[in-house]
Parts: sequence; structure tokens; C-alpha cells
Amino acid sequence: MMAVLDNFLFVGLPYASLLIFLVGTIYRYKATKFNYSSLSSQFLEGGNLYWGSVPFHWGILFLFFGHLIAFVIPHSVLAFNSEPLRLLILEIVAFIFGLITLFGLIMLLARRISNPRLKPVTNWMDITIEGLLITEVILGILVAYTARWGSSWFAAVLTPYLYSIFLLQPDIAAVSAMPLLVKLHIIGAYLIFLLIPFSRLVHLLVVPLHYIWRPYQRVLWNWSRRKVRNPATDWTITKPENN
Amino acid sequence: MDVRAQVSMVFHLDKCIGCHTCSIACKNIWTDRKGAEYMWWNNVETKPGTGYPTKWEDQDIYKGGWQKKNGELKLRGAGKMRGLVNIFHNPHLPVIDDYYEPFTYKYLDLIESPAMNDQPTARPVSLITGKPIDIKMGPNWDDDLGGTPDYARNDPNLQGLTAAEQEAMFQLERMAFFYLPRICNHCLNPACVASCPSGAIYKRGEDGVVLINQDVCRAWRMCVTACPYKKSYFNWGTGKSEKCILCYPRLESGQAPACMHSCVGRIRYLGVMLYDADKIESTVAGSKNDQDLAQRQRDMLLDPFDPEVIQAAKENGVADSTLKAAQDSPVFKFVKLWGLALPLHAEFGTLPMLFYVPPLLPVMASLSEVDNDEHAKNMDPVAKHWNDNWLYDTSTEELWATIDKARLPLKYLANMFSCGDESKVKDVLKKLMAVRIYRRWKTVGDIDETKAMAVLNDVDLAPETIEDIYYLTSLAKFDDRFVIPAAHREQAIEMLEFTGDAKGSAGFGVTEKPRRGW
Repeated sequence: MMAVLDNFLFVGLPYASLLIFLVGTIYRYKATKFNYSSLSSQFLEGGNLYWGSVPFHWGILFLFFGHLIAFVIPHSVLAFNSEPLRLLILEIVAFIFGLITLFGLIMLLARRISNPRLKPVTNWMDITIEGLLITEVILGILVAYTARWGSSWFAAVLTPYLYSIFLLQPDIAAVSAMPLLVKLHIIGAYLIFLLIPFSRLVHLLVVPLHYIWRPYQRVLWNWSRRKVRNPATDWTITKPENN
Repeated sequence: MDVRAQVSMVFHLDKCIGCHTCSIACKNIWTDRKGAEYMWWNNVETKPGTGYPTKWEDQDIYKGGWQKKNGELKLRGAGKMRGLVNIFHNPHLPVIDDYYEPFTYKYLDLIESPAMNDQPTARPVSLITGKPIDIKMGPNWDDDLGGTPDYARNDPNLQGLTAAEQEAMFQLERMAFFYLPRICNHCLNPACVASCPSGAIYKRGEDGVVLINQDVCRAWRMCVTACPYKKSYFNWGTGKSEKCILCYPRLESGQAPACMHSCVGRIRYLGVMLYDADKIESTVAGSKNDQDLAQRQRDMLLDPFDPEVIQAAKENGVADSTLKAAQDSPVFKFVKLWGLALPLHAEFGTLPMLFYVPPLLPVMASLSEVDNDEHAKNMDPVAKHWNDNWLYDTSTEELWATIDKARLPLKYLANMFSCGDESKVKDVLKKLMAVRIYRRWKTVGDIDETKAMAVLNDVDLAPETIEDIYYLTSLAKFDDRFVIPAAHREQAIEMLEFTGDAKGSAGFGVTEKPRRGW
């Protein structure tokens, strides 16, 4: 029975959420581009947002990239951690960022619930995501506290599992033997992943980094005026940029 | 020389009566929607006053516009570095209370209230929460100098005026004000475009209208901060920024924008200006001090009669119809030919293309004794006539005394229209005065010819020019005030894949409703 459940949660669920994530985000980008963003409520309440949004975002960015690095370059992480002092520093820093993220999330939830102005711009999915994120971060903090040196055992145990998922040869032997807290943390991550296309979280896919490289001013033409007036120009099927 | 065309505007403030018809016309067409109730793409402010949003001109608060740092142009409160670092919380974003909380009244209570001892009232309710509120502010809370100690005295344009000058402005019997209608300036160096991380805001090449692509806007909120005129608004319902679109669907079909079409005082003019796009950055970045920015902007605008300009424009693909519109443009006359119209707060560095003819007001009049009875005898008996013997005399012994003795200090107007340079505003006011004196000599006849000619000589304007100014100011018909170039959509459509599906893909075919599900 446990084996069936584990198979469902650590093989079925990741593939299901990956598929739904891919299809969902692409479909939504194509079909409903208008709401492909996070509905900012700063205009309605600007003061308390600072204490929620800023710690949450920087915290989750650090934690996300921490997990990602341990996934992409596990050997380097293990090598870095071979010095106990470095391992200690990494663990403490990551733990602090976990607390910062939790603080931000709690501030965000408190703000959203307590301010009546924010009610018209809040929907049930916002609250679901908020609750899921808080649960996930609390689980992560508990894991870090109860099952220490996660930066090392993640790279040694969970990275091979995740690789096996991506290589389409799922091997859940290691993950099945994990403590319950770790399992819940993994399941929570899959659920968040699954809900990205259905929630405001899509905004993390459209982070405007291209802003760095573009010139400040943007002028768009309906057509190239030089071209259209030149009889030598071929008839073109290029669509103008702003359509 | 990169010649481009810009649909630009002149507002003649002497003619504005502050009726807000423009605001209502705009509101009814564009912003009567959820999330946009508080927006006034067109609004009319009383000056002196704090405006909408409160004290928008004070960039120490709002951090809008451009500033020079080591000879380079930088956005004051946004930009690549600052914009991306502050993306999670924009510290300079105005909130709804800086504008006002939109409200309506429960009118139905007036009708459906049960019988009571007291009159039923229609309570105000917030359009955001739907709950009853105490109204704290509205878009024109300081209209006509209402609440002066709180509003007019906090006007950012009072900077640089001595305490005595400020005091004089607010003495009860000397008080004076004028109206300042504002829409998006459709700038040549727009700060909103530069600040948009998504790249949703763009300037249309053909006519220079600045627009926000609602499908690309992702609520990073930087344009609201960057626009020093606070003319980019955040729709809290859809999470998109919105702004004046200069009624481009009307422009493209040859109609004047709604605010201009409905203008009761006929203060608004719209026409094409040609400019040299190569000079945009050097014009702003190269100014030694901000005081010469208004002049430098005027210099980069081109003369549409100059053969070299025409040649360069044609090479650049500017349509002949657009060139003709530029030659007939009332804006060209007011701004470049006569030098009567000035940009508002050119020091913000965005090169605004909405120009204002500063108000020649109010003159210090004197009373003189005349015999009105003599005159009354010649009048129709039903005509209204005053049986006193006073004449409200605005003629003057010295030529320009009324300008120096104006109730609003020149410095105040200069702070708004010429970056603090009083001589520039005085220059314009003298020309406006010259037109009045000349026309008074012609029509009333109580000024003698030598004096009228001396005035003309002083401002260096020929009588024909004066007549032209008089015509365009006072008599101009609809087609004189609005010279709208053809849009040439046919050429744009030709570039598309199938001319047959143009309706679906040429910008008309929005199928998604502006609504948020999740």
C-alpha cells in the first residue's frame, strides 16, 4: 500500500505537475495574455506591503536558487561543504533566509486579510497559494532543523532522485526512505509547481530581465516608411511589431 | 537629420473658463470603468493649487522625470537598475489616497427609504470596497481656490517667491487664479516609456502618440513613478497602467480628440509638429542649466516650410499629407512662429509636446469717471445698461505696467512655464498684450495710433502677424484649430499577411475581456 502511495506521490505527481505546468503556462500565455501577471495591490496599500513583499521575494529567490544549485551542480556543493565551517555558514544563512521568507509571507497574509480595501482584488486562489507557500516554508524550516545538513544530503540523495525523474527512469528508493517531513516538503513543492499556471505565480515566468538590454526609448511604426515608399521593395508578409 | 512628425497641442489658458467639460467628455468615453474610476486622463486644475494627485509637481515627493548626473540623463525614481531592484515594492509609487478614493452615493435610499421623521440621505460609498466612507478628497478639491490655506499655499510653484510676494497672492481682495487643463503630453523623451520594464509602453512612430499595450503590461508600476506629470495611472482592478491615448481612434478617422472637440472655451489647438529625432537626447542632456530647456526644445522643432526639412522629411517617409498638415498646423504658429506657447515644466526633461499660452491675467484695472448717460441714450431701450458713471479701465499709461503689476507674480508663471526664467514669460505676455492694445486701437479707438504702433515695434511683430494671432485666438473655426493629418492605415494594412484579415489582426481584434480570473 505504501509503495502504491509513494509511486503516486513521487512518480505520478511530479510528471502530472510537470505536464500541467508546461501545457498550462503555454496555453495561458497564448490564450489569456492580458492576465499573465501578478495583480499588484501596492496602489491600494503601499506601506505594509514593504514588510511583506520585500523579505518574501528576496528570501524565496535565495531559497529557490539554493535548491536549484544543489540540483544542477551537486558535486560542487558537496565539495564546498567538505569544510565544516563552510557547511555551518551555508546552513545558518539558508536557515535565516527561510525565516525571512516566512516572516514576509505572514506579513503578506496579515495585510491581505486585515485591509478591507484589498478584498476586491483578492480571490480564493491567492489565499490558496499563500497558504501553500506558508506550509511549504514552515516544512522547509522544520526539515532544516530536524534533519540537519540538508545542503549536503539534498545533493547526495535527492538530486539523483530528481535526475531520475527528468531522465524518465524514476527511482524512488531513496526518497521513500526519507522522513515524513521531507516527503511532505517534496509533495508541497510539486503542488506549488502544479498551481503555477492557475495562479498569479505565472508572473515569475515573465520577469522583465530583457529590460536590461533594450534601449530606453521605444518607437514602433505601423510600417517601415522608407520601405513602403520604395517601389523596389518586395511585398512582405512581416507583421508589424505592435500587432 | 531624422525628421519625424508629432501630433502636438496648444492650450490657450487665457480662454479656459474651468468648466471641466473636457474632463467629463474624456471620463464618459474612456475611464468610466471599474478600477479606472479615480483616473482623470484629462483634468483641470486651479492654479495656484496643489493639483491632482496632490502636489504632483514636487519631484522630491514623487521622483518623476529625468535628471542629469555627470552629463548623462537618468530617470529620477526608476530606470534599469533602480526599477529592477525596487520591483517587489516601488518606494515612490503614489497610492490611491494621493489621488482620492473614488465614491458614489446610494441614490436609491432617497427613493426607497421608509417613512421617517428625518429626510433620507444618500450616503457616500467607496467604489473600491462598497462600504460607506467619509469623503476626504476629490479630483478637484481645491477648485477655484477652495480651501486655500491647505491647498493653494502648498503649491510647489511658489518656490523662489518671497514671503511677502506669497502673502500678497492670497490677500482677499487681490486673489487671482487661473485654470490649467492637463492631459498626457505625449513627450518626445517620455520617461514612462523608458521606465517600463516589460516594454509595454511605446511611442507611435507615425504620429508620436504614446500608448500602453495592455497585453504586455505586467503591473511593474514604474511608469506611474516615472511620469513627472503623473499622467500614467494604475488600474487597480486589472493590474494595468492606463493613460491618455489622445483619442487615437478618433484621430485616425480625422476627428479631434473628445476633450478638444468638446472644449467650451475653444482653448485647444491640435496639429502636427516636425522635429529632429537625432537631437532628442542632446537637447535635454546638453542644456547647461534647466532654464534654457524651453528654448532648446523650441529650437529642435523644425520649420515645415524649409526646403531642406521637407527634403529630409520625404526621404524619411513622412507622407505629403502630413507635411501639408504640419504647414497648416496652429501649433507650429503658436509655438515656433510666434513664440507664444511654452511647455509646462520643461525642467522635467521629457520634452512635453503639449504647449500652453500663459494667461495674461489678471490685469490691475483702475476705475475712471465717465459719462455713461450720454452713451446710454444711443442704446436700445431693452439693452442692459448700468446707471453708474464708472469705467473699469484696463488701458494703461505706461506700455507694460500691467504686466509688472500683475496680481500673480511673474515668478510664479515662470516657475511653471519657463523653468523659472521670468524674462521668457514676460516676453510672451508682452506679445499677448500687444495684440490687445493693437485691437483696442482698431475697434474701441481710445488708444491712439502712435501708441499702438510703438507697442508693435517694441515686441517686434508686424500688424499682419498681430491680425493672424488675433484670428487664431478669437475667431478660429474648427478646421483652423484642429489640423489632423491622415492616418494612412491603408499603407499599414498593406503590410499585413492577408489584407482580408486586417480587421482581426490590425489592432482591432481584441477578443479577450479585460478581466482577471485568478
